[in-house]
Amino acid sequence: MTHGATSEPASSPPLGKPQPDAPPPPAPGKPVGRVLLGRLADVHSLSLIGVLAVLAIIGAITKPDAFLSTDNLQLILTQASVIGVVTVGVTFVIIGGGIDLSVGAIVALASVWCTTVATQDYGMAGMIFTALIVGLGCGLVNGVLIAYGPMVPFVATLAMLASARGLALQITEGRTQVVSVDAVLDLGGRDAYIFGIPPLVLIFAGVTAIGWVLLNRTTFGRRTVAIGGNPEAARLAGIAVKRQRLMIYALSGLCCGIAAFMLVVLSGSGQNTNGNLYELNAIAAAIIGGTLLSGGRGTIIGSVLGVLVFTTITNLFTLNNLDSAGQQIAQGAIIVAAVLLQRRSAAQQP
Amino acid sequence: MESAQTPLLTLTGITKSFPGVRALDGVDLDVAPGEVHCLLGQNGAGKSTLIKVISGAQPPDTGELAWQGETVAIGSPTAAMRLGIATIYQELDLVEHLSVAENVHLGHEASSAGFIRRGAARAATAALLSRLGHPEISPDRIVSTLSAAGRQVVSMARALSHEARLIIMDEPSAVLDPDEVGNLFRIVRDLTSEGVAIVYISHRLEEIREIGDRVTVLKDGRAVARGLPAGTTETREIVALMTGRDIEYAFPERPAPQARESGATPVLAVEGLSRRGEFAPLDLQIQAGEIVGLAGLVGSGRSEVLETIYGARRPDTGRVLVEGRPLRPGNVTAAVRAGLGLAPEERKGQGLFLLDSVTRNVSISSLPRFSRGGWIDRAGERGAAAQFTRELSLRPADPDVQIRTLSGGNQQKAVLARWLLRHCKVLLLDEPTRGVDVGARAELYTLIRRLADDGVAVLLVSSEIPEVLGLADRVLVLREGQVVHTAPARELDEHRVLDLVMEGSQA
Repeated sequence: MTHGATSEPASSPPLGKPQPDAPPPPAPGKPVGRVLLGRLADVHSLSLIGVLAVLAIIGAITKPDAFLSTDNLQLILTQASVIGVVTVGVTFVIIGGGIDLSVGAIVALASVWCTTVATQDYGMAGMIFTALIVGLGCGLVNGVLIAYGPMVPFVATLAMLASARGLALQITEGRTQVVSVDAVLDLGGRDAYIFGIPPLVLIFAGVTAIGWVLLNRTTFGRRTVAIGGNPEAARLAGIAVKRQRLMIYALSGLCCGIAAFMLVVLSGSGQNTNGNLYELNAIAAAIIGGTLLSGGRGTIIGSVLGVLVFTTITNLFTLNNLDSAGQQIAQGAIIVAAVLLQRRSAAQQP
Repeated sequence: MESAQTPLLTLTGITKSFPGVRALDGVDLDVAPGEVHCLLGQNGAGKSTLIKVISGAQPPDTGELAWQGETVAIGSPTAAMRLGIATIYQELDLVEHLSVAENVHLGHEASSAGFIRRGAARAATAALLSRLGHPEISPDRIVSTLSAAGRQVVSMARALSHEARLIIMDEPSAVLDPDEVGNLFRIVRDLTSEGVAIVYISHRLEEIREIGDRVTVLKDGRAVARGLPAGTTETREIVALMTGRDIEYAFPERPAPQARESGATPVLAVEGLSRRGEFAPLDLQIQAGEIVGLAGLVGSGRSEVLETIYGARRPDTGRVLVEGRPLRPGNVTAAVRAGLGLAPEERKGQGLFLLDSVTRNVSISSLPRFSRGGWIDRAGERGAAAQFTRELSLRPADPDVQIRTLSGGNQQKAVLARWLLRHCKVLLLDEPTRGVDVGARAELYTLIRRLADDGVAVLLVSSEIPEVLGLADRVLVLREGQVVHTAPARELDEHRVLDLVMEGSQA
């Protein structure tokens, strides 16, 4: 024994060392039903499902034939898909304590860049690649400016909004760039539906699923919530806050690239006016979905439900031939109601 | 020596409780016109709460306030101002982007029909600044361009613009250079000669001797001495009044000092670390299993030292070595990777993710341990967190509850659990028992000692001197950014440390 005594008093074993005879951690003492329910959706999301149900009933009463038709349901879901993918990215940004005003402009830029004659020469793969790279690139620029500038997210993404729209206008010279690649056009056609589901809706579902996993099951998601909830505590806990911020904005940009290609499929063209007001719709959907604008809390499911509520309202107004003024007022009212609801449910928690 | 005139302000039996704390426990105080009445006391003695009661920011639970002999209720800061009570807080509450004149008249702008009479405000401000001996400050100057001393003059001008009869100054000299303090004293003397009373709060005994008339000492929410003559009371007596507590904490036994092999690499070595304006070059070595205490007042640079070692502030000179390897300066992530952990001073603001569960708060610095390819093993994560909630006896023992529902002591245990889980080698503790009740304190002390016994090097900052003396093996006394004394804890007592902390001179 040259290295000294190492015996430890039996009463105080070293902290943190696994103890073989320790009982397993107690299971949360909640009824199984509550646990299942809690896993599927939180209270806020459940109330949004209720809102959707009410909207569906309104639709079924006012336009019984048109609203519940397969065509119309496919239409609602398809319309929700493009803005939905953008909203998933924006949800990460807001949960991480930031804001992204540039998403609509990035969608416009990516959609025109991937529909130039030169890009279309490379076929569908080239167009997808271009859309994703342009989106990711814009997101990285946002991220670098915000994380390492450092700039306020509002200002940095406002600058991106202006310049990406400008660049999109310069590329198109204001003209609509029609897609001539058959594979892309076919993707938007009825023949491409899989079991009656449009491919764009499947992409939306895939992005939602990946977003959910990323937020709830990975270190990336955990760190996003941490830097949004308390950036100083995150920094002092050893999280590389700047790198995390950069990655969040890059993710948002990538989502814009995906959405841009979906929009090209949907419209068969690329235009510099694409994605108009997407930033506001995406932020509104996230907030309706229960994401705190101050960061640190939010769900992907909630955001997706927020998008569906918005899209369904639009659909109802269109079917009933009501003007869009009333539609916008209704959407505004929903935002206010959602935030008030959220504050009340937050206050009721212990 | 007191004249028979009516006191300007009389406080009788003031009490004020916050959840879990009795901040003021029957305080009496009287302030005469034209005097400088000094308030002394350790951190947590109740000075800040007393100021808030007088300035109307917080109403007392019980007790009576009398203004010029008449009982009054001061329900709001506006009410206090209307009586003629103005407060100059430590963090000066000026609007930086407005001009001097706009700040002086903020909230009571001279106006006609809703339009601010800018000329009148400017002239009135110029007159006040001249009265304070600073005619060179232009009323149009933007406040953010002024020095700390200049801002203080503006705050005083604002107090005078309310025709204050009583001005409370909360550590006014803390932000000033020595030569500016002289000017502050001149202004104070001018004001008192006009009959204005000053309630002066400071940690610096020499200042109180120079400017003060009478001294009231607060301890544990009570006035333990009222109206002592400031010039003639012995320093020893004042220090004795400030210390000598009622509650004695039980500290875990210190292990016998081990004969360490000379030349053994210390776990933490700090070499010539400094930050301009915060603390002078500092050298420090901590061995495995050692607890080193850093004693000092608020503003002595102790938290800054800790945060600079941790990389949360970038040092101007010097470096930090962990087990002989230098750390990248100013980089927290590198420090954590090298084995450092910090329990920060502001637990809620700097340490916790309040909306998240205990598990997530504990695991946040060890996520790579529980993940493969970014995918978190949630069962493993929760199991590890549950093990610590059990071992550190967190209450409730449920690792799924939101951390904001826990008491201060249990939240602090969760912060420690975070670094235990990380297997940290150096633990930096900044005020680890602030806002923690007596029972949980004893548990935290035992826990900290156990960590050291397991080989962690601990650096402890606390404004409670008994805590530093009881827990640490070795103590560094910090005063105004300088280490003024280093000694084994058993060779020091509370009075000696307080002497060093406050004056650093006499034996």
